Amino acid sequence: MDNLKNSPPAVAVKEKSVWQRMASYWQLYLMLLIPVALTIIYKYIPMYGIQIAFRDFKSLRGMWGSEWAGLKWFQRFFSSPNCVRMIKNTVLLSFYSLLWSFPIPIILSLALNQLRFNKFKRTVQTILYAPHFISIMVVCGMLRIFLSPSGGLINLIAGTGIDFLSEAAAFRTIYIASGIWQDAGWGIIVYMASLANIDTAHYEAAKIDGASMFQRIRYIDLPELVPQIVLMLIMSAGNLMNVGFEKVFLLQTDLNKATSDVIAVYVYQQGIEHAKYSYSTAVGLFNTVVNVILLIMVNKITSKISEDVSFV
Amino acid sequence: MGKSKKAGQLRGLSERTSDIILVVICLIIVFLVAYPLYYVLIASVSDPYDVYAGKTFLLPSQFTLDGYKAVFADKSIITGFLNSIKYTVVGTIFSVVMIYLSAYPLSVKNLPGRKFLSIFFIITMYFGGGLMPTYLVVRDTGLIDTIWAMFIPGGVGVSNMIIVRNFFEHSVPKEMIEAAEIDGASHWTTFIKIIVPLSRSIMAVMVVFSMVAYWNDWFTALIYLPGTEHAPLPLVLRNILIKSSASASQAGMISGGYAELSKLTEMIKFSSVIVAALPMLIIYPFVQKYFEKGMMAGAVKG
Repeated sequence: MDNLKNSPPAVAVKEKSVWQRMASYWQLYLMLLIPVALTIIYKYIPMYGIQIAFRDFKSLRGMWGSEWAGLKWFQRFFSSPNCVRMIKNTVLLSFYSLLWSFPIPIILSLALNQLRFNKFKRTVQTILYAPHFISIMVVCGMLRIFLSPSGGLINLIAGTGIDFLSEAAAFRTIYIASGIWQDAGWGIIVYMASLANIDTAHYEAAKIDGASMFQRIRYIDLPELVPQIVLMLIMSAGNLMNVGFEKVFLLQTDLNKATSDVIAVYVYQQGIEHAKYSYSTAVGLFNTVVNVILLIMVNKITSKISEDVSFV
Repeated sequence: MGKSKKAGQLRGLSERTSDIILVVICLIIVFLVAYPLYYVLIASVSDPYDVYAGKTFLLPSQFTLDGYKAVFADKSIITGFLNSIKYTVVGTIFSVVMIYLSAYPLSVKNLPGRKFLSIFFIITMYFGGGLMPTYLVVRDTGLIDTIWAMFIPGGVGVSNMIIVRNFFEHSVPKEMIEAAEIDGASHWTTFIKIIVPLSRSIMAVMVVFSMVAYWNDWFTALIYLPGTEHAPLPLVLRNILIKSSASASQAGMISGGYAELSKLTEMIKFSSVIVAALPMLIIYPFVQKYFEKGMMAGAVKG
């Protein structure tokens, strides 16, 4: 974007044209060839292919040759009986998930950071990372084992015989709690790295002044984490419509659909299972558009903070 | 209100007491994280009826390895296991090569078009064609039901590429690259002789991240590989864990009728969870210190 502003004029030798300069980097462009080609084919062409949301896709006529259908598919989605329920479930599942899962890594890292026994601390961290390395399929399998109405761990402990996965009221709790179990430990990494930057002299000074552990967390650690917290919040907020499709897909049953029916699963079912290519694409596009609007809004609000972020 | 009262009490406590409280809290958290895995491990070597009767909270009951024997005698699981190994090995090599080939040019400050190329890749992190358009392109390029569908469409992992690019920019000594350039080394020579050897730590992280992603992936196979002979382990486990159905080969192993079969099905559930989860759980502690640094390099500039 601001290419001209940033390009270092000192290096550019007067006689060399842009093409000559580019030619001297030919090896680097060659290295980029395959990654760029794959990105064009499998990322950019599908983006262009979103137009099938406005066409009546027929396999024989292909993505570019099928007839235009206007907003037919969007109208169909908005008039489908479960449309409101799906939008509501998607938003609520993401929102509650963010609300509960977001603070936990912060609290965990603040607590772990106060541990003075380094070996113990490392061991705790290693164990906390473990669930992140397990497939969602396996996690969902474990959930089914624990939640089984006959002899599942939860029912054994509680002394009940509830079939949790048939209870619409329990679905969000199951989804969120298992999400915390799997990824809260992984989430501490970025916060722990920020905390490691703190000069230990601050702690020494605080101790001499008689500050308690909670005061040290409140006045030394927490301020250090604020930029990171804001950054993570922006990133999560921009993903609010992207629910963890895989887990919902694997935990959905006919009986918990009142809360587990979300847009992403519907997109999969309509597209892959029922081969309604155009309709599925239209619903997916609606989801993406809402997400992009959220992303832009959040970015606008926090544009000052995002200057620290080095994505580009 | 309860919170501030508690904090007030703790303020008066000595360092030693707060240490003890912290350690206890940490132990409780570790228990909550580790116990579900431990429970499945115990269950996998116990009699399933005892598991469902609540006799295996802490120790196995009627120790048996029949579950594991059944897992390794089940043809579909073995095929899935071998498929997963194949996808993990080929996919990891492919992904890491792609990451390196794109991360290095983008880390060279004077490369004309660098900013454009960075944005070109980064856009794909936020926008995509969605499920069906991507599916149609994969189909039209002839990848359906070939193992290439597992890694080529998602081959360029942009977020990992950014982590590696940042590592090249900040953690490889600039003097070494400049010295090589003064000696007349080409960009390729610099890449092979200096960048690659000096970035082993981040490469280890990328290898592990890619391995984990491929080992745990099932959704790609669900969409692009409809043939059961291509199914990776997690997808095979879907029938066992999620749909709770016994495979034909399991049914063939049993002579004792339905009760025996359902008992075996339950045992296979527990042991297959362990078989699927264990490989990655063994590997990741070895690169822990690297990925802790690597994650940071990708997120925020210090």
